[in-house]
Parts: sequence; C-alpha cells; structure tokens
Amino acid sequence: MNNVIGLNPKPQLSTQAFEQLLHLLHHVYGYDFSGYSKASLLRRIYKFMDVQGVTDGQQLIQLLAGDTSVFHSFLETITVNVTEMFRDPGFYKSIREKVLPVLATYPQINIWHAGCSTGEEVFSLCILLYEAGLLHRTRIYATDINASYLEKARTGVLPMTHMREYTLNYQQSGCTGDFSDYYTALYDHVLIHREIRERVVFLQHNLVTDRSFNEFQLILCRNVMIYFNKQLQNKVLKLFHESLSSLGFIGLGMKESLLFSEYRSKYSVVDGSVKIFRKKS
Amino acid sequence: MMSSPRYDMIVIGGSAGSIPVCISLLKALTHNQHIPVVLIIHRMRNVVSQLDKLLTREAGSVKITEPEDKQAITKGKIYLAPQNYHLLFEEDHSFSLDYSDAVHYSRPSIDVSFESAGRAYGNRVLAILLSGANADGAEGLSYLSDIGADCIVQDPNSAQYPTMPSSAIALEKNIRIMTEAEMITFLQEL
Repeated sequence: MNNVIGLNPKPQLSTQAFEQLLHLLHHVYGYDFSGYSKASLLRRIYKFMDVQGVTDGQQLIQLLAGDTSVFHSFLETITVNVTEMFRDPGFYKSIREKVLPVLATYPQINIWHAGCSTGEEVFSLCILLYEAGLLHRTRIYATDINASYLEKARTGVLPMTHMREYTLNYQQSGCTGDFSDYYTALYDHVLIHREIRERVVFLQHNLVTDRSFNEFQLILCRNVMIYFNKQLQNKVLKLFHESLSSLGFIGLGMKESLLFSEYRSKYSVVDGSVKIFRKKS
Repeated sequence: MMSSPRYDMIVIGGSAGSIPVCISLLKALTHNQHIPVVLIIHRMRNVVSQLDKLLTREAGSVKITEPEDKQAITKGKIYLAPQNYHLLFEEDHSFSLDYSDAVHYSRPSIDVSFESAGRAYGNRVLAILLSGANADGAEGLSYLSDIGADCIVQDPNSAQYPTMPSSAIALEKNIRIMTEAEMITFLQEL
C-alpha cells in the first residue's frame, strides 16, 4: 500500500507521457482516446492516478501495460458518466411538444439514444412516448461504450436515492401522469416497469470507431460529445447525419451546439434554448 | 501605453450567498479589457436559472454569458459556469464541460475549475475564493498557490458563510486574506 498522510501531491503527466499513454491504450488495448478533450481526459487520468497512489506517468504506464484488470478499472474511470432521469426538464417538455407530434405521423419510429450510460434518460424518453401513445410502435436503440453500464441499464433497477428529485423533474417536464405508476419500489431501489422498457435494445457501440447501424427519426446524444475535441465532434456529427432520416431530429445537451460545427447549414433550429435541431432534407 | 497584464485568467468562486460580493467585484472590473473572468458559483440544478441575466443587469457594462462546450475564451469577457456541469479549461484556451460526479456536493465545483485553470494557465491565474458554506474551493486554491498563482480569500470575519474561506486558509498559508473593500481596490488597480 502506498500510504500518504495529508494532502497528496497532485499527479502530473508530461506531454510526452500523455502521448505514450494514448499510444499504449490504442495499440495494446484497442481504445483510441486521441480525439478526447484533453482537459477532462486528464482530469479523469489524474483521478485514477490518485486512487492508485501513482504520481508520475511512467509508473502509470507500467501499471497499465502489465495488468489487464488494471486497464479495465482504468477504462471504468475514464468513461464514467453520471446521469439523471428527466435531466433538464425543459428539454423533455420540448421533445414532448415539438418532436413527438411529428414522430406520431410515422407508422414505425426508430430512435437512437447514443451514450445512454445506465439508462436513466432512456427510461425518461420511454415514459414520454408511453404517455403520447407512441411507445408500442417505437424501437429505441440505446448504446454506450461501457459494457458494465449497459448491463446495469438492462436490469431496469435504479437506486431509490434520487427518486424525489426525478419526480420533480418529471412534473416539470409537462408530463401528465403519476410518476410512481412507472416503477415499483424494492427497499432502497426501484424497478422500472417492463412495459416501459420493453421497446429498448441496449447495445455496446463506440462512437469513435463503430459505424451507423440503422436509420432513425430521432437521435439523442446528450453530454457525450463534451468529452471529445472539435475534430472528433465533427466526425461523430457526420455519423449522426448519415444515420438520421430526412427531416429527422437530433437532441443534444443544454450547452452543446451544432451551430459551431461543420453541419450548421444542414440543420434548422427547433428549440435553441434546449438544443433540438432538425435535418433540413 | 498600458503595461501588459499580470494575469491571463481571473477565476472567482463562491456559493449562492456570495452573489452580492461577486457583483461588487464585477463592478470593480468594469475597466478590464484584457483578462477573461470566470465565475464559479454554486447553484441549483434542473431549475430554470437567470443568474447570467441577473449578474449582467446588476454589474452593468459587460454581458455575462454561460459558455458552451469548446467555446474559445476571449480577453475581457466575463463567463459564468453553467448549471449542472463542471467547467474545465483547455490548453488552447477554450472551455470544456464535464458531467461527472459532483465534488463537495457541487457541480459546478470550484475545486475542479480552479485546478483545471491552473493546468491550462499555470501561474498566470488570479484566483479569488468568496463566502460559502462548504469546503469546495480550498483544495483547488491550494493547488494554484503551489504552482505559484496569486490567491485571495475573502476574510472569513466579513464573509456571510465563513466555511469556504476558512477551509482554504487552513489548508494553505500562502494566500492573501482581504475584506470586500480590499478586494475591490485590488481589482480596480489591475
């Protein structure tokens, strides 16, 4: 054990060690992080180094090169993402009022939820679709890079801790039902009802390396591309562009925008305040 | 001819209770056209917030905006960390947003933004920690002080909630303690 009393010195990675690390991750483990935002990637690497009691780059590289299980725990730290049900209620209100009425005109609705983490936002969308009477003719493909999150999402079990906040979010989203009708409480957890989840397929998909797999009328990718640099963001937006049907919708995080990307001219703004856009043709 | 500024970045952290002091500091920076200023203020999430508009109205003269992901940081502009994200600084002097666990129950966290500002701007950062009811910001300020950046905390005796400045002082001796009036004078002279 590496016991340090008091405040640990902050770990530090030279540019050279950072490059070596990226090379190792890519060529030994097949994960290419070169297009990730350096500030948040470094923050997560430092967090991992802190936990492992490692202060310099060479130690980190040795640790990762020698042990696949260390790599897996590293990957968990790097790709970790928190999520909430009905995060940003205004976003869901706008989906409900401006997007669902259009989707209702399609006989079969295909939705891609990219970067779904443990599923909280997917279940939120399912509830909206259910209340609009559209869920039974919708197929939702929910994808994430992190297999253990998908495993969790498939169970439909969420911790009870945040349900009060989620209930408030649900109400602010303009939903009309009773939120507690959609889950059963089990001690300190809740189980989202099967009828809400049954139209979802959870699949592992890496936005950096994997290709499109269908055509969709709506793509949600919220607070995932913030971890990428501009070049990679444009590459992923290309993938989404190719995967959206004509006049399809795309919904991003509240502080993400298509308007700074190469694709700005190909989309119209449906609701600028909550970042919902529509492919022009 | 003005000499070049001592700082490339000013970061100011506090909890919601520090907003009145924050407004006074922004007024003291009215003349500033060279240094970007970033405010990290603890705030509610998932509620509609007009804090950017409120600050703009109260501070006068400059528009205060919440940056979007990967937005370039511009000299003399004042930015407010958006709700429910951590705000990070890239080496190319643009913003990145991060949506990972809260730090000290806070997202945005002052610790996270202070440390990231130090990683991107080094000792060319001026950091100011105001009043607050938890210890967020203390560790970030200590990191900045360690790399040679100038750090100021609001005098805990004059702070509405002293925990935040007191924690920073307990962790790091090498920081300047100032009252609101002293901070105002300091900023006016930049």
